[in-house]
Amino acid sequence: MSAAPESAGGKGFLGWIDRRFPLTALWKSQVSEYYAPKNFNFWYYFGSLALLVLVNQLVTGIFLTMNYKPSSAEAFSSIEYIMRDVDWGWLIRYLHSTGASAFFIIIYLHMFRALLYGSHRKPRELLWIFGCLIFLTLMAEGFMGYVLPWGNMSFWGAQVITSLFGSLPVIGGSLLEWIRGDYVIADATLNRFFALHVAALPLALIFLVIAHLMALHEVGSNNPDGIEIHDREDEHGHPLDGIPFHPYYTVKDLMGVMAFLVLFCGVVFFAPAFGGLFLESANFGPANPLQTPPHIAPVWYFTPFYAILRAVPSFAGTQVWGVLVMGASIVILFFLPWLDRSPVHSIRYRGPIYKIMLTIFVIAFITLGVCGLKPPAGIYPSLARVCTMLYFAFFLLMPWYSRIDRVKPVPERVTSHD
Amino acid sequence: MIERLLLITVTLLPAALAPAGAALAQEGEGGIALEHAGTDITDLNSLQRGARDFMNYCSGCHSLRYLRYNRMAQDLKIPAADLANLMFTSSNAFDGVDSAMPAADAAKWFGKAPPDLSLMARERSPDYIYSYLKGYYLDSTRPWGVNNLYLPSVAMPDVLASLQGLQEPVFENQADAGGNAQMMLVGVKLLSPGSLSPQEYDVFCRDIANFLDYAGEPVKAKRQSLGVFVTLFLLVGFVFAYLLKKEYWKDVH
Repeated sequence: MSAAPESAGGKGFLGWIDRRFPLTALWKSQVSEYYAPKNFNFWYYFGSLALLVLVNQLVTGIFLTMNYKPSSAEAFSSIEYIMRDVDWGWLIRYLHSTGASAFFIIIYLHMFRALLYGSHRKPRELLWIFGCLIFLTLMAEGFMGYVLPWGNMSFWGAQVITSLFGSLPVIGGSLLEWIRGDYVIADATLNRFFALHVAALPLALIFLVIAHLMALHEVGSNNPDGIEIHDREDEHGHPLDGIPFHPYYTVKDLMGVMAFLVLFCGVVFFAPAFGGLFLESANFGPANPLQTPPHIAPVWYFTPFYAILRAVPSFAGTQVWGVLVMGASIVILFFLPWLDRSPVHSIRYRGPIYKIMLTIFVIAFITLGVCGLKPPAGIYPSLARVCTMLYFAFFLLMPWYSRIDRVKPVPERVTSHD
Repeated sequence: MIERLLLITVTLLPAALAPAGAALAQEGEGGIALEHAGTDITDLNSLQRGARDFMNYCSGCHSLRYLRYNRMAQDLKIPAADLANLMFTSSNAFDGVDSAMPAADAAKWFGKAPPDLSLMARERSPDYIYSYLKGYYLDSTRPWGVNNLYLPSVAMPDVLASLQGLQEPVFENQADAGGNAQMMLVGVKLLSPGSLSPQEYDVFCRDIANFLDYAGEPVKAKRQSLGVFVTLFLLVGFVFAYLLKKEYWKDVH
């Protein structure tokens, strides 16, 4: 890896490059000689798919920026200009809007994979924390992107979400003005959200994704058996249960990409609004400060957290508790590596308590998502309260139940691959 | 086993949420279920009739700001001579469809300016437009003497009464949310016929709903037909990717 003499390295153009930049060395260390466990299953497609969708968002986003006007007077019309007058503008916009929802589906499944196989456990704590930061940045990116079309749900969604900061004691009022840049959601808000959405947050995302991948390649990938493949290596120092990422996982991920694209393009071409979930109906009307939509609901990927926010009643004359509990529901993810005290990593060798808790958690999370979509009436507020408690119980009780849970013996080598 | 179960649960998440989202759009504001319009975006004759009827009956007050006349003529195969007959303002063919009514005056006359309908089919739905056009009934408490099943306290007069005829409300004795028996509005029935039969009027409303579905997204029909080829292409691509993976993974044991 050190600076090579003129004679070292390969011949020709690649040799010329390699003597000045570690191209071949990087390719080998990160791709063709990066050994990954050979037993990756379905859940391991979502890492490469997340990268694919990130690139999709960046590329389509750049092209959208070329025709979008970040001004409260022109934003809504400029979206329709893209949809109708820009060549293939409709496709670029649907790829971007569907990509946003796909990004969250993929990230949720990717995070769920960690819960299944203990991918957040030592030595992968920082890898997990970088991932949580990516999730947090992605939420901010998604929220600000949703404001840009300046539809009526953009406006009222921004109104509701920014006002959360206003509920904080003492600093709330000034903080709210500082975020909005005005006393209400207005042109100034749209402009700064545009700046954050197209420059600041994508930069942060790219930086975090690089850090996430560097951490991954430092500690190596986990696998469905939750064992360290580097504990058993052959005479060359290669793990016995490892295979080079390229070509094995590049071709396997290519297959995953094609399967994903079939589903993704199915939505883009046949149901881009996805029944009002990916593009909400109320957002096809322009922002109107005088007309509140009959029912304000965030896009589906925020609804579990929105339901948690609404589940907490106001107390002592302030609604700040809901905001704090919602914040805690995300912050608690960062502590997961230290909450989990099980001696084994993978769900395959864990006992019944964790399996039951994880199942309840998944059901609670999905139910919260449904509650967040519905108006807070009938059964939904009480359902959301129960599920909020179950959500937190999964994390807060983990130090105890993960320790007392029965475990099965862990094999020395990975058990299977497809 | 539990992995499989969780996999099924999680992958069904969007499927479980989709009807929840779709259910939000099934009712008009009056709480009465919408009628199914049965529109077909590929039915060119229906779209042409819808364009003609919209220009003749609706565009006096409602604009389609985002739909250009020439784009419409091109997509719906309307000859230039016929297009001129559909343009009632001094607009150019490359302008958006506009109405002759000044918005400020309209707001004074009706309480609010008639909304632009470019995206109404996307904001509501073709079913809503179809139901709305059929939902007018006599109500002497309203300024125009009419009200609408699907948009209570509607500001728009019943401009299609000469075609549809007049309808009267139908009430039924039902229990309200508090459990008390009340006369509730459940539907409408024809009082005196107009120049179209009920069947002809249904077609009229369906054509307009279909046309507004087109106006909401002119590329919709092309998008769907293109989608078939994209999907086939990707499926073939998937087969090749699968075979490639299988070939490479032969030597992994």
